[in-house]
Amino acid sequence: MSDNGTRLGVRKTYKLYIGGAFPRSESGRSYAVTSSKGRFLANAARASRKDARDAVVAARKAFPGWSGATPYNRGQVLYRVAEMLEGRRAQFVTEITDADGVPARKAGELVDLAVDRLVWYAGWADKIASVFGAVNPVAGPYLNVSKPEPTGVVAVVAPPMGPLLGLVSVFAPVIVTGNTCVVVASERAPLPAVTLAEVLATSDVPGGVVNILTGRQPELAPWLAGHMDVNGIDLTGCPADLALECERAAAENLKRVLRPQQTDWLADPGTSRMTAFLETKTVWHPAGV
Amino acid sequence: MRFEYAPAPESRDVVEIQPSYGLFIEGRFTDGGGAAFKTVNPATEETLAEVARADEADVDRAVAAARKAFGTWSALPGAERAKYLFRIARIIQERARELAVLETLDNGKPIRESRDVDVPLVAAHFFYYAGWADKLAYAGFGPAPRPLGVAAQVIPWNFPLMMLAWKIAPALACGNTVVLKPAETTPLTALAFAEICVQAGLPAGVVNIVTGPGATGAALVAHPGVDKVAFTGSTRVGREIARTVAGGRKKVTLELGGKAANIVFEDAPLDQAVEGIVNGIFFNQGHVCCAGSRLLVAEPIQDELLAALRRRLATLRVGDPMDKNTDVGAINSAAQLARITELVEAGEAEGATRWSPACDLPERGYWFAPTVFTGVAQSHRIAREEVFGPVLSVLTFRTPAEAVEKANNTPYGLSAGVWTEKGSRILWMADRLRAGVVWANTFNRFDPVSPFGGYKESGYGREGGRHGLEAYLDV
Repeated sequence: MSDNGTRLGVRKTYKLYIGGAFPRSESGRSYAVTSSKGRFLANAARASRKDARDAVVAARKAFPGWSGATPYNRGQVLYRVAEMLEGRRAQFVTEITDADGVPARKAGELVDLAVDRLVWYAGWADKIASVFGAVNPVAGPYLNVSKPEPTGVVAVVAPPMGPLLGLVSVFAPVIVTGNTCVVVASERAPLPAVTLAEVLATSDVPGGVVNILTGRQPELAPWLAGHMDVNGIDLTGCPADLALECERAAAENLKRVLRPQQTDWLADPGTSRMTAFLETKTVWHPAGV
Repeated sequence: MRFEYAPAPESRDVVEIQPSYGLFIEGRFTDGGGAAFKTVNPATEETLAEVARADEADVDRAVAAARKAFGTWSALPGAERAKYLFRIARIIQERARELAVLETLDNGKPIRESRDVDVPLVAAHFFYYAGWADKLAYAGFGPAPRPLGVAAQVIPWNFPLMMLAWKIAPALACGNTVVLKPAETTPLTALAFAEICVQAGLPAGVVNIVTGPGATGAALVAHPGVDKVAFTGSTRVGREIARTVAGGRKKVTLELGGKAANIVFEDAPLDQAVEGIVNGIFFNQGHVCCAGSRLLVAEPIQDELLAALRRRLATLRVGDPMDKNTDVGAINSAAQLARITELVEAGEAEGATRWSPACDLPERGYWFAPTVFTGVAQSHRIAREEVFGPVLSVLTFRTPAEAVEKANNTPYGLSAGVWTEKGSRILWMADRLRAGVVWANTFNRFDPVSPFGGYKESGYGREGGRHGLEAYLDV
């Protein structure tokens, strides 16, 4: 990036993020990523079905620890992600400017929004159960308590636009409640996602909680949608035909499906992206002496 | 010790069954386009009535009627909708005995259960959701949550009227109109409910009932005029429905199968646990999606617990569902009996040990003796597949971690049971069991205020409680 008259810059190899490590695609494939103006930026890894499966294994392995962590702890970790992201602001401004062709000032605002969104979601970790749980007054001598629990491993097809803010807006609500996830990054603009993986890797997020794949969304999403060890899928980034194919595949093990919908990433996100991947568990116990 | 009981038959005169029933569309009973079918009493194989079969044109008419009624119904002040639901709840109470008898005749479940469990819960469900109709703004879904429109609801045969209540009460409270398809083998209480809607003065088209086989339900679910699909039944059909609605705008909730573990630790109160195990698997002949069909017992108490369980099972009274002393009634249909028989034979063939108490089964009707399998491995079909009958599979464990591992080793996740006197262990277990309902030191309790529904392949969405409103609101 810092090519100038006297020194040749040292470029970064953009790889996948699976189980806390940065492997290349096992397939050895890559694809050229260009800026909004068509300038070559980098060769991103083009993940395969096998990479997607490895990512699911990593997410499943991370699930007991992450879902079993205290909500306070998960909130702290997400806040830490926001801190690390803030520190890399300049790097993301450059990447967003390249990807979207927006002026640096606008890109800076988008990074700030992404940081603020992480802080907002971080605060939900220890509040979601109070808001969506309940003590239910049953007609009998029983204590009856309902509380939200994470669905499990969630696949997320990130939106094509908003390579950072869109991405943060889809993965943060999934993991803050204790799910682990496999994210398929924006196919068009995957580089900020890989850089975000570097942020996650240095933010006390346990390996495997967030796994990030780059590559062809139509190639990867159906495998994740049909994977029997994935419990839910967010189809936000899918065009209609891919969403239909994925929702059909997801029926095989009755995944929770969040269908694509028009979303203004600048607006207040509300709670629906969190509740889409929560289960309600109700526990009964008799009261008596 | 053997107790002799004199017969204590409930009178079937309290209900008048018509020779034939039509579809209930736009407030009137009409003929169906398909060939009428018979519904039989599974305890006697006697035909109870002929019932109309709705074809695609009938489904179309019913959806159109529901659509036509939606505008006015959804625009009614919540307090007015509430009053209709309160009226319905009261009429159910007034006609409770008749409904209980009708349910028992059509379904085969003991009158003790339809009278003491099903029908009271049906009335309670309408009372509960009636009260929400004018309080939706306070339910946590925003200041003015909107209904979805026309709800297509398909329900099973195991709790016919109760499943109807779980579907219709919240749908109407939220301002939706409904087309409901009862199960093919148990349509009669739904048709009685149609009369109750008429008695309550419910506007025409708000509730429509179409009877028929699975094909009728499939046509209803696939109908483009439907905004919401709610289904209770098998995971296989649930999967088909999820495929059918894929890529569309219909909101879906599915309450599907289960293979619940009922876990008994060595410090459990043994007599209570035995009652819970019996209630868990033999309630409603085991035709219960959340039945405790896998007993996980701590190895040290296995012999003691099984001896107590066998003693208790020997006292169960199996037979005439209309007898007030009957504990276990008839299997709902010949097809279900064949399914149970097939799985039980597989259990024996795979090497598990089968045991049933001595009991005389009636000659006519569909019957299956309460059955316990010991020596069951996790790989056996009777440990993996939903039997949906009075068949208990017993497995053992040594540590709490192993109990959790085995309990969760299923694609289902509807319910689970834990029996122990140690409070911290209950909470530890409850946290780790991947199931929508956990009964600790009890089993098979239901209440309108309590959310019910599954994890994993047991479906999605919740019925009951504040949570149950979400399925019928545009949120």
